[in-house]
Amino acid sequence: MTDRAFAVVRAGALTTVQDLGRPGHAHLGVPRSGALDPQSAGLVNRLVGNPPRAAVLETTLNGCVLRPRCAVTVAVGGAPCSVTVDGRPVAWGAPVRIAAGSLLEAGPAVRGVRSYVAFAGGIAVDPALGSRSTDLLSGLGPPPLTDGSVLPLGKPAGPPARLDGGVPWPAPPAELVLRVRFGPRADWFTDAALNTLTRAAYRVSSASNRIGLRTEGPCLERALPGELPSEGMVLGAVQVPPDGCPVVFLADHPTTGGYPVLAVVDERDLAAAAQAVPGTPVRFVPVRSARSAGYDSGVP
Amino acid sequence: MRALPVGDRALLVELTDGDEAGALHAELLRRRAAGLLPAIREIVPAARTVLLDGLDGPERFARELAQWDIPALHARVQDAIEVPVRYDGPDLADVAALWQVPEEEVVRIHSAAEFRVAFCGFSPGFGYLTGLPQRYAVPRRATPRTSVPAGSLALAGPYTGVYPRSSPGGWQLIGTTDTVLWDPARESAALLSPGTRVRFVPERAGIRR
Repeated sequence: MTDRAFAVVRAGALTTVQDLGRPGHAHLGVPRSGALDPQSAGLVNRLVGNPPRAAVLETTLNGCVLRPRCAVTVAVGGAPCSVTVDGRPVAWGAPVRIAAGSLLEAGPAVRGVRSYVAFAGGIAVDPALGSRSTDLLSGLGPPPLTDGSVLPLGKPAGPPARLDGGVPWPAPPAELVLRVRFGPRADWFTDAALNTLTRAAYRVSSASNRIGLRTEGPCLERALPGELPSEGMVLGAVQVPPDGCPVVFLADHPTTGGYPVLAVVDERDLAAAAQAVPGTPVRFVPVRSARSAGYDSGVP
Repeated sequence: MRALPVGDRALLVELTDGDEAGALHAELLRRRAAGLLPAIREIVPAARTVLLDGLDGPERFARELAQWDIPALHARVQDAIEVPVRYDGPDLADVAALWQVPEEEVVRIHSAAEFRVAFCGFSPGFGYLTGLPQRYAVPRRATPRTSVPAGSLALAGPYTGVYPRSSPGGWQLIGTTDTVLWDPARESAALLSPGTRVRFVPERAGIRR
């Protein structure tokens, strides 16, 4: 009972290992992956004294229950939830030292979607392409947690951070405001569709996942039918599949695709997108003039 | 060449065809290797575009790009990777019918072509290879298979590909290889990365009849 590892007692709806992801491999068809709310993942790492690259757990809506096999400092943050050790409440969003064999429960999210659990030393599963992140699109990295599985922990790097005066956790959004820049394929849509995107009421769909934030709302009408030959896709791309409802690409998005991208969401707004529960109102706010043309490359 | 803005930190460079996209991609890699490129997180070639993602000042870079002299893509001095294949796929007869040739001729034509990895996508290490003449383009299967075995050699549209792992798929399966296309533990995880030249070499015993 003293090895550096923890057992999964209840995995929850979907709990995955996440770090900063594996950017730089998109040309091989490898998604970036990584924590959907990187700010929260970074904060729980700081609370237990880990470097930013350390791997943490990302839960989905209903938390998880874990039993460390060694004494270890943990911190739970991101979506607010109850945190208990052997049934007794402990602080959320703060480092907590727990004894070997105790039962750590991150409860269901009170607000938001994804809580983050950091252990001092980080989760030490084998990296793939430089990252320990679970990539749900391509299957790289460790599989999602299952009840009864045991995951290794690394050696603590340093003392837990002293963050006196509290940590600035962003609140999960009551309304999700996504700043967008139109393009690269805004010309595949009608003017009416561009107006609809920025004026109509959309809501977060329950079909959202780590690949994309799906929305429900009015269809966006296309000016051109069909699909594009495959082209590279970026994080935050607002892709419009045949059902006409915009999908915002999140960390596990495919690296190429053929549905036209109407606009791109500012990366700084994607952590809030990852914490927006189904049903949350969504507003797309343009930050540049609609229909930005291509840059003048001076070539006919 | 047309450079389209993609958010604030990316450019989608649109070209007239896959060869031009391949030529720009090769030039980007040459300049990166020579230390002549600004930091770009991802350079992602595709059917007729190259995406430059994670780039400061995309507008400035787009103007610079317009001044480049980009050499046309030609057969590299670099040797082609040889991938041994058994032409034993379940759709070989259908492809022969679409090409209006006997099955043996499908094997001859396919194994005589030199392919280039135009881009990767769909799943890690899945390369879209060009090299067959346009007249040999074939449609996808009307009903995709729920599971295509790893190592399946397949055709769709103008492309040839090899499934790196078992997955659903709608391409026409013409053969099988034991070569490992994708291994994250290997130093080069993907055997086929964009720009790589490839030949498929029939394994004698595997040819039907």
